[in-house]
Amino acid sequence: MAQVQEPEGRFKISAADRRVIEEFRKNPVGHHSPQLQQVLNRFRGAGMADKYCLVTLKPHKKWQLAQTTGERGKPLKLLDQTFDSLEEAEWHVFKLRWKLHTGETLK
Amino acid sequence: MLKITAYADKISVVPGEAIEFKVNCEASEYKADLVRLRCGDENPAGPGFQEKVIKSGASKSYKGRKQVIHAGSFVAVPSAPALEGLGSFTLQAYVWPTTPAKGTQGLISYWRETPKKSGAALIITKRDGSLALCLGDDAGKIEVINTGKPLVAREWYFVAASYDAKTKEVKLYQEPLKHYARTNDRAFLKRKSTLKSIGKHDCPLIFGAYFEGMDKGRTVCKGHFNGKIDRPRIANRVLNRAEMMEVAKGPIPAHLMSDLVGAWDFSIGITTTRVTDTGPNRLDGEIVQMPARAMTGYNWDGSEMSWRHAPEQYGAIHFHDDDINDAAWETDFSFVVPKTLKSGLYAMRLKAGKDEEYVPFAVRPPRGKATAKAVYLMPTASYLAYANECMVTDAPLAQLLTGKLSTVNTQNMHLNERREYGASCYDTHSDGSGICYSSRLRPVLNMRPKYSSWLGGTGSGLWQFNADTHIVDWLDHTGIEYDVVSDEDLHLEGLSVIENHQVLITSTHPEYSSKEMLDALEAFKAKGGRIMYLGANGFYWRVAFHKSVPGTMEVRRGEGGIRAWEARTGEYYMSFTGEYGGLWRRNGRAPQTTAGTGFSAQGFDLSSYYRQKPDAKNPRAAFVMKGIGANELIGDFGLIGGGAAGLELDRADRLLGTPPNALVLASSENHTNIYLVVCEEILINYPGLGGQENELVRADIVFYELASGGAVFSTSSIAWAGSLSHNNYKNNVARMTENVLKRFVDPTPFS
Repeated sequence: MAQVQEPEGRFKISAADRRVIEEFRKNPVGHHSPQLQQVLNRFRGAGMADKYCLVTLKPHKKWQLAQTTGERGKPLKLLDQTFDSLEEAEWHVFKLRWKLHTGETLK
Repeated sequence: MLKITAYADKISVVPGEAIEFKVNCEASEYKADLVRLRCGDENPAGPGFQEKVIKSGASKSYKGRKQVIHAGSFVAVPSAPALEGLGSFTLQAYVWPTTPAKGTQGLISYWRETPKKSGAALIITKRDGSLALCLGDDAGKIEVINTGKPLVAREWYFVAASYDAKTKEVKLYQEPLKHYARTNDRAFLKRKSTLKSIGKHDCPLIFGAYFEGMDKGRTVCKGHFNGKIDRPRIANRVLNRAEMMEVAKGPIPAHLMSDLVGAWDFSIGITTTRVTDTGPNRLDGEIVQMPARAMTGYNWDGSEMSWRHAPEQYGAIHFHDDDINDAAWETDFSFVVPKTLKSGLYAMRLKAGKDEEYVPFAVRPPRGKATAKAVYLMPTASYLAYANECMVTDAPLAQLLTGKLSTVNTQNMHLNERREYGASCYDTHSDGSGICYSSRLRPVLNMRPKYSSWLGGTGSGLWQFNADTHIVDWLDHTGIEYDVVSDEDLHLEGLSVIENHQVLITSTHPEYSSKEMLDALEAFKAKGGRIMYLGANGFYWRVAFHKSVPGTMEVRRGEGGIRAWEARTGEYYMSFTGEYGGLWRRNGRAPQTTAGTGFSAQGFDLSSYYRQKPDAKNPRAAFVMKGIGANELIGDFGLIGGGAAGLELDRADRLLGTPPNALVLASSENHTNIYLVVCEEILINYPGLGGQENELVRADIVFYELASGGAVFSTSSIAWAGSLSHNNYKNNVARMTENVLKRFVDPTPFS
């Protein structure tokens, strides 16, 4: 996927936002600092084309990474990655999105 | 994709009545069993999935067969001599296309597709999205003559085509009603057809598509139009432009009456499925798959907002290529509910190998009787509003609302790919207009046990039907007897459905109510009834049910409220009844007037807890708080988001109708900033609308007595029911709920 072009004249995710990475890793869902929330709003508010989501393989047990297409009627793209926990999935997708928005690979 | 899908002709049945099941099954056979549902939640942290097979005549294997859905709306007018004898003709209408570039779309089609294409159709052509006349000569030859000027989406046009059978001359008129600079969308064209003649046939006349054929009694069309058509006319000769204008608008002048084949007025019979021809031949038609009526016409000028006050400005029907009201499948088997079957929540379970489908329904007590003191009101109006919701694959805001990654299940994937199943009143049509009608005459894939929703918070992630099984599960656990009735019963039969009960228990989310439903609840309260409102965002939208088409509901997303789309200005009044749609709050009956609390905030990540308020110590509430410590937090646990206060939250508000004697026993707090104040509260927008800062982000537990000796108890949170089973049903949420239920079934009046 091509790197996301950050909008002009609006909040841009930058190196200064690296401080939220650890906060997210520890607590991906729930109360967040305003800084982390701003980053997540950008990540989670993306359009539906190639947007990451999870397909439930076994309820409460196993999920597969997928992308919506943004085109009605077109099947989801199922990606070659499964998860045994939702926290693990959140962290994986956070890293993918961080890379898309900043170009930086997180470990 | 799902290999077996099904629906029934009813959603609520009285013992002794039959219910018919319509099944699409790709396998050669499937096994049916009647089951009583207790808990549909598969979360291992909860009580687990629980159903009980009930021995019945329905338990059999049936032959599987494929059944298909033909989505897309149109008007069908049966063929008639006046159409069949057409030589020269004029076709004309006002149109408002919404997707002119999408491909061939029929506007006025007197067309036969097979065995050989024949007839005439005024269309938007796939060539360039311009107006065209399509002609077929009955020998397989077709000719499309188009203006070559693409129509602009969402603009009104007068469009017409005439054909002279003698000279073969075709004239096309494409006249925008609004003039924009540098926009080249006006056209007049004269050309000779190369066809020797136009083929005759006896297929129906179609508005908004063109006829393809018949399938098991269903009229099937292609080339569905997205947009509005107003005042279609057909003349039996070439009209000149002045004559076209004479017949275009209002009543047909007498001197042109015999030249007309038909002049349809869609503003007549808006509440019905009938379309009226005001011309000399009475070529009335029927709408198919429920296109939107009571839509503003080409001449709507804003002077009136209700179609009842200016019907002549509401002559438009909005057609959609994905409208679906009735799948019209054939019945596979019928089941007569035994007279001895106990009232409750049931489903027909259908299994074909590893694939399974459930068709849930309520079994009511016999008419005019109660078989228990308590009655659970199954919120079928709300199930209809959410039926086949597609936001998880369509709506960019989904992951913002939930503050997490969306989880997509097989039903969601099926609905994404099989758009003919239709979407919900939370979705938009393919042209972006809001879906204002929903029906249960199609498989409703999210009204199923085991269904987990992206919208249901962390944990179990349940929403609507399956979330409500937490209430049924708890009721079964208490051993207290209860009956089940549906919104539709309450709407159609009023107070009589509940008048012999003492306590009415709501679902987690009874959001949609008709006037008839609210009137029945008020009457119930006025005769000493008790209401346990175990949810939130209840009694919020005013809805109408169609008077002649079963199981079909309308909602207009009007001028306030949390809206997934917004009705166009002038389209706030419902077509089924003429009532002003939108929020009950804007109809003089805010939810607080029904159950003491009303919608205040929403968020879909974590749930929270309630803190007790001074009223919790009021002796009037002692029976509610019995056995709960003075300093206990209420519901700091649960399967839905980890707390009893979550997803959607209601609050008490005297100014919106909470009775002055209401006690606020506890209020929730510490919600995340994903929770935001509802938009109808925001007059001037301001920062600080999130759960961490705004005091309107809370759920209030409220109790009050009624002058009639009845009482109301409201928990004001959708997540409440998800906490009932915590610690094997031994917790303060279950205790409080049971305390109230036990007192409410005691007939001693409240004073």
